[in-house]
Amino acid sequence: MTDQAPGFQLDQQNQEQAALKITGDWVQGQQAPEFSELRTQLAAGLPGKLAMDGSDLGRWDSILMAFLLQCFNFCRDSGIEVQTDALPEGVRRLLSVATTVPPHQRPVKARDSWLSGANPLELVKRALVDIRESMAFIGEVTIALFKLALGQANTRFSDFKNFCYQAGPDAFAIISLTSVLVGMILGYLGAVQLQQFGAEIYVADLVVIGMLREMGVLMTAVVMAGRTGAAYAAQLGTMQTNEEIDAITTMGISPIEFLVIPRMLALIVMMPLLTIYADLLGMIGGGIVAGGMGITPLQYFNQAETAVSLTHFMVGMSKSLVFAVLIAIAGCRSGINSGRSSAAVGQAATEAVVTAIVYLIVADAAINILFQQLGI
Amino acid sequence: MAAEAHITVSDVTMAYGSLVIQRDLNFDINRGDIFVIMGGSGCGKSTLLKHMLGLIDPAAGDILYNGNSFTHATAQEKEQMRQRWGITYQSGGLFSAMSLLENVSLPLQLYTDYSANDIADIVAYKLSLVGLGGYQAYYPSEISGGMRKRAALARAIALDPEILFFDEPSAGLDPISSRLLDELIVQLKESIGATVVMVTHELASIFDIATNSVYLDANTRTMIDYGDPRYLRDHSEQAVVRQFLARGINASQERTA
Repeated sequence: MTDQAPGFQLDQQNQEQAALKITGDWVQGQQAPEFSELRTQLAAGLPGKLAMDGSDLGRWDSILMAFLLQCFNFCRDSGIEVQTDALPEGVRRLLSVATTVPPHQRPVKARDSWLSGANPLELVKRALVDIRESMAFIGEVTIALFKLALGQANTRFSDFKNFCYQAGPDAFAIISLTSVLVGMILGYLGAVQLQQFGAEIYVADLVVIGMLREMGVLMTAVVMAGRTGAAYAAQLGTMQTNEEIDAITTMGISPIEFLVIPRMLALIVMMPLLTIYADLLGMIGGGIVAGGMGITPLQYFNQAETAVSLTHFMVGMSKSLVFAVLIAIAGCRSGINSGRSSAAVGQAATEAVVTAIVYLIVADAAINILFQQLGI
Repeated sequence: MAAEAHITVSDVTMAYGSLVIQRDLNFDINRGDIFVIMGGSGCGKSTLLKHMLGLIDPAAGDILYNGNSFTHATAQEKEQMRQRWGITYQSGGLFSAMSLLENVSLPLQLYTDYSANDIADIVAYKLSLVGLGGYQAYYPSEISGGMRKRAALARAIALDPEILFFDEPSAGLDPISSRLLDELIVQLKESIGATVVMVTHELASIFDIATNSVYLDANTRTMIDYGDPRYLRDHSEQAVVRQFLARGINASQERTA
């Protein structure tokens, strides 16, 4: 059986009464009439009563119901009484359910201009709020650390080992790859310049000092920010969504002590160790490049030995501790302040990585200037 | 006329690896039934629902829709069958990054050739059906838990499904909202002629709207009764089923006796 085209006929019997006859098959695949056509006709006559008639209605689905609902809402707003007795029972029943609750009117709120995001004043305001919140968070973490030192903190250490594993050995593969490659990049960078003076052997100095003071720790920190910092934000954001953080707070436990401190301590313990590992692999990477320039491993080792100093090593180590704290703060703060939806957890993870990298670069520059001034 | 089996669960065993959750499940769900899967906590009710939805494959046995095997169907056949189902999950399962309009539109955009205007009209109608007319622009995070459940129902019925699956539809709702949801389920079932399968603990819902049920037992790890829950409450041969449906009253009476 072929479908009949869906349609309607409005018969304005008199000023008081009109009849709406629904005809044909109102199903997917048929071009159903737009309600605007009926609205125009109804608005022209504005009858007191509208009797709907479905005696010539064939098959129907939601497209008919959507049409009738619009018609019903228009009639209600225009003060037209609607009679549905002649509609099929299923249609009548659904229409009755759909019209039980009047449509909600969303409160009108002033829309932000699309330019407001680029307003310098707004940007400064937002940055100030962000800085204030970060400082408050750092303050809370500092207090929690003092309480921990005094043995008064509710810190859960049973997870500490897991966090150490996740932040440390779990990251070996990616740290190995990046460190060897960064060492090689440093080696190539120096080799091109030093070859011009016949001073290829000093590639070892460049790689060793570069890795120990700067690149080893910075690359490790960037990897940790993307890996561990984002993971912390996602874990804590999910806990926020599941109301776990609310539960911890209402038990009288500080989420900072309970959730942030173990994660931060794990990073503080693992970052220096990963940095040492990265330094060593970076030096090996530099050695591979040096080998390509005709420098024997022994020559490279001897030259590297003269370049290594405790000062360079300690510069890297001190940076690693600062970076660990910054990554943990960026990750945990984004997670704890996350919204309560899955989209918000994703946003928190992104924010954690971006914030951590900004922190790292600013802190690295500040530390370098400080050490420069101190002659270290 | 004998009732027609819409869904057949045939010799199904559910297991996670070597851990058997339920075995030898055999029952029919007739067309137009409001069928309840019931049982104590941890007996595998939601797991059975997931098997019926094809989210987990049975360790043994088959699940048939209209007499056609779903378990052994090809991926394409499964997708075609699923287009005729509407599903609401315990937490709603709404996409949080999408407005209610986008959430309910999605199946219509994917599986129908309606124009964008028609889809917007249908979404407005579906949301009105669940009492959320005018909420199209809201995001799931902007509405209450009960409203999210109803919005999820609007999405589930977007394609006028043949079968509606509910996992704990009333969980977390106040009694009035729960009752309204039950009424809505009955109205929808009668209006669009859908078969309804629901997992629930809510005895009020079970007695008010269910036409048939199966009881899964956590101890014996199999179904121990099947039938109209009102009949089972009074006449089940299994004491545990009578106790469950009498809200444990029989058990406490037996203890005090």
